[in-house]
Amino acid sequence: MAKSNQKIILEDLGKKLTEQIKKGKNPEIVFRLRNLANIIYDKKTRTLKLGNKTSSRSFFNLSHAKKFLQTIEVASVIKKELLESGKHEHLRGVFYMTKRTIPKTNVNIVDEQTESDKAIEDLEVITGLSREELHVSANKMGSMVGNIILKDSDDIIDCSKLGKGGYSIPSITDELELKKVNAKYVLYMEKAAIFERLNEDKFWQKNNCILVTSQGQTTRGIRRLLQRLAEEESLPIYVLCDGDVYGAYIYSVVKYGSIALAHASERLTIPSVKYIGITMDDVIKYDLKKHLIRLTEQDMARIKQVINYDWFKDNKEWQRQFKIMKELNGKVEIQALSAKGISFISEVYLPSKIKNKEFLE
Amino acid sequence: MSLIAEELAKSQREISISEFFVKNKHLLGFDNPRKALLTTIKEAVDNSIDASEEAKILPDVRVEVTQLSEDRFMVIVEDNGPGIVKEQIPRIFGKLLYGSKFHRLKVSRGQQGIGISASAMYGQLTTGKPIKIISKIGKNKPAHYFEIHLDTKKNEPEIVSERIVDYNQDHGTRIEIELQAKYQKGRQSIDEYLEQTAIVNPHLSLIYKSPENETREFPRATNQLPKESREIKPHPHGIELGILIKMLRETKAKTLQSFLETEFCRVSSKVAHEICQTAGLYEKSHPSRIAREEADALYKSINQTKIMSPPTDSVIPLGENLILKGLKKEIQADFYAAVTRPVAVYRGNPFIIEVGLAYGNNIPKDEPVRLLRFANRVPLLYQQSACATTSSVIKTKWANYGLSQSRGALPIGPLVLLIEITSVWVPFTSESKEAIAPYPEIIREIKLALQDAGRELGSFIRKNVRAKEQKEKVDLFEKYIPELASSLSSLSNEKKSEIEENLQKILKKGLKDLLVENGIENNAENKIIKENKPIKQEKQKTLDELE
Repeated sequence: MAKSNQKIILEDLGKKLTEQIKKGKNPEIVFRLRNLANIIYDKKTRTLKLGNKTSSRSFFNLSHAKKFLQTIEVASVIKKELLESGKHEHLRGVFYMTKRTIPKTNVNIVDEQTESDKAIEDLEVITGLSREELHVSANKMGSMVGNIILKDSDDIIDCSKLGKGGYSIPSITDELELKKVNAKYVLYMEKAAIFERLNEDKFWQKNNCILVTSQGQTTRGIRRLLQRLAEEESLPIYVLCDGDVYGAYIYSVVKYGSIALAHASERLTIPSVKYIGITMDDVIKYDLKKHLIRLTEQDMARIKQVINYDWFKDNKEWQRQFKIMKELNGKVEIQALSAKGISFISEVYLPSKIKNKEFLE
Repeated sequence: MSLIAEELAKSQREISISEFFVKNKHLLGFDNPRKALLTTIKEAVDNSIDASEEAKILPDVRVEVTQLSEDRFMVIVEDNGPGIVKEQIPRIFGKLLYGSKFHRLKVSRGQQGIGISASAMYGQLTTGKPIKIISKIGKNKPAHYFEIHLDTKKNEPEIVSERIVDYNQDHGTRIEIELQAKYQKGRQSIDEYLEQTAIVNPHLSLIYKSPENETREFPRATNQLPKESREIKPHPHGIELGILIKMLRETKAKTLQSFLETEFCRVSSKVAHEICQTAGLYEKSHPSRIAREEADALYKSINQTKIMSPPTDSVIPLGENLILKGLKKEIQADFYAAVTRPVAVYRGNPFIIEVGLAYGNNIPKDEPVRLLRFANRVPLLYQQSACATTSSVIKTKWANYGLSQSRGALPIGPLVLLIEITSVWVPFTSESKEAIAPYPEIIREIKLALQDAGRELGSFIRKNVRAKEQKEKVDLFEKYIPELASSLSSLSNEKKSEIEENLQKILKKGLKDLLVENGIENNAENKIIKENKPIKQEKQKTLDELE
């Protein structure tokens, strides 16, 4: 999308509101709700989408006024400071650009970054523009190694020659150019420690694949990159997580999308992605029971929530996983495999899984 | 063994009342130098107001405290009361337990007749100086001047000096006591005592010259003397066994029947007959011949017999009007309320509970409410936590009335609470008359009064808070408008001033409706409570609804 186009969309939002004000109306923005109540799991495309429920935010309403002001302030800062100059800024930077005290008061326009972050997400829903299109980036928190060459800005990067650390995935991956990809699949893992293990073991070389990691939740940049690898290069994507409810959820976010970013599902979800492990079956097969960690009350509550999400409800395989998890009253970390030998994961576990196509849908 | 008893007998002797009190100063409120000063002034002022009221004179009282040296003070209290006849002066000021108040059941400030002579004695013990009195009983009568010492062994007055002097008013009494003391402002100070006295005695005119040489005037708020309460005989249900036995021994009545009828109130011949029958006693028995066991039976029978409540004109309340006048005079607040309960009875003693409250304005917001406790119009400054009024306030659920309150604590908020008990016999927890004893009937009445007043307060707070919230709302929008206008202007490329102007217009349109709806200007400022009105929840219109 051309930059001028994004500017016009924001300007139109402003014009619409000043029109309302001119007519003596309470300025109001209507946009689709972004909460669980308005999340629809589209079975056909297998993605989470926003429903049609809308909420309105108006200025002359005590509980909306501040959020209204924040949204407009963020929009104006993005338009003036980022789009007009063509520069990018981090969420943190946007926070500081909007953070100021209203003269003669002790009221700040934003007090915490979560407020400006939220305003940006709202702005995405309001304008239909993605955060990346609004030139706002997030912290990069991921690495990639493997037989892939890409162009980042004006630099050509060969991800097979980047040592232990690998390529540091930027926050915005839309503009990366995938020059040459020579791999059979992509292995994405939630734990950087496992990434380092596999990289040291030259797993990607031996198995001709690409390794990608984040730390915990998958960032938008990584999700977008994985999606592009799946769509543009037709690579299978396998997800490797801890055998617990949070791992399951990380997988589901990559596959179906998340509640908070359901409005951006189209650009982020990868319905073809598969879950490689760790499963509860692995626990039994590889005799990891003694390495189980007892479920906490918090885990139990989260399981109860997750098994009822529409995108898990009809998934028999996953329901079975949760059932065993509850029966064993335990969860397992990927690192538990190290008990079998330091390179057990790269030499036995993963190759056998991939060979036998032991995946969860 | 007998030898030891004889030995002991040598050291056993009568203890004079004065000697007893020398050793037990704290019982009378002379625990420390600061309290001694307060107690002295308190006893003198209480006496002055009591005497004036009995003589139907509007009291003018002047209090002067002068610091003579670091720990030595001179207290002068002067009134325009009826004066004291010459013969009585030595005994009133120089003998403990002498007076007219102990032997009767009538609402009065002092009760035991210990007060002023104890102050004189304390002064004498700490400085060696006698109490000095001038008293005059009428226009053409001489003014008598006395200096009196108290013989603490014999509990008898010793006249040090006596003469006739010039005195520049028609009648009245002036006393002068020199004592070792300490002056300190703040809680439990003379200043606080006088201020509170002025609140519940709006007919009193008081001038106070402090040791710091400041003169404070507490002007009279009404020329109406409080109605005099009637002296009553004890009610049978209020009598304890020991007192009953004493009364039986001392009565002039010749028969049990007439003893019951004449010594008590509300005992008709029918009731007296019934009491005797239930007790299994002969009506014509001579009261002094009633044995211990028989008295016991009589006591039980009295308490089993249904007897009409004591006459209520024996306790005259201050009244809601005067409470409000007193509060407004001394405490600046946004809202006042007062409640006078009907007469109730504990142990046969009639009493009335009254509650007043003042809320808002300069009263500190984040502190526990200030409690002003009164018994027969005398401020109680000490032992707040031991007092029935305090426990009643704590047991009342103030959260219902818009104040915050932790469990087992006084509520927090800008509130002054006045609680007054009026009774022919106020039950104190000790002789120093500092805390009211927690009789269930008394606690119940206090709570009912607090609830009544609390409901009115609650409805005021709700209304007030609502008005405040509306104002804050408007303020908030006013602050946000320039900010929004500036962001919107850079977003839309429209003129900032125009956007701001238009936003102000929208706010003003809504604002006018808001103010009318909530009546911010005409908040009920002062209100007298006559009855419990159901709390109306007015519909609240918000800016959102105006849209």
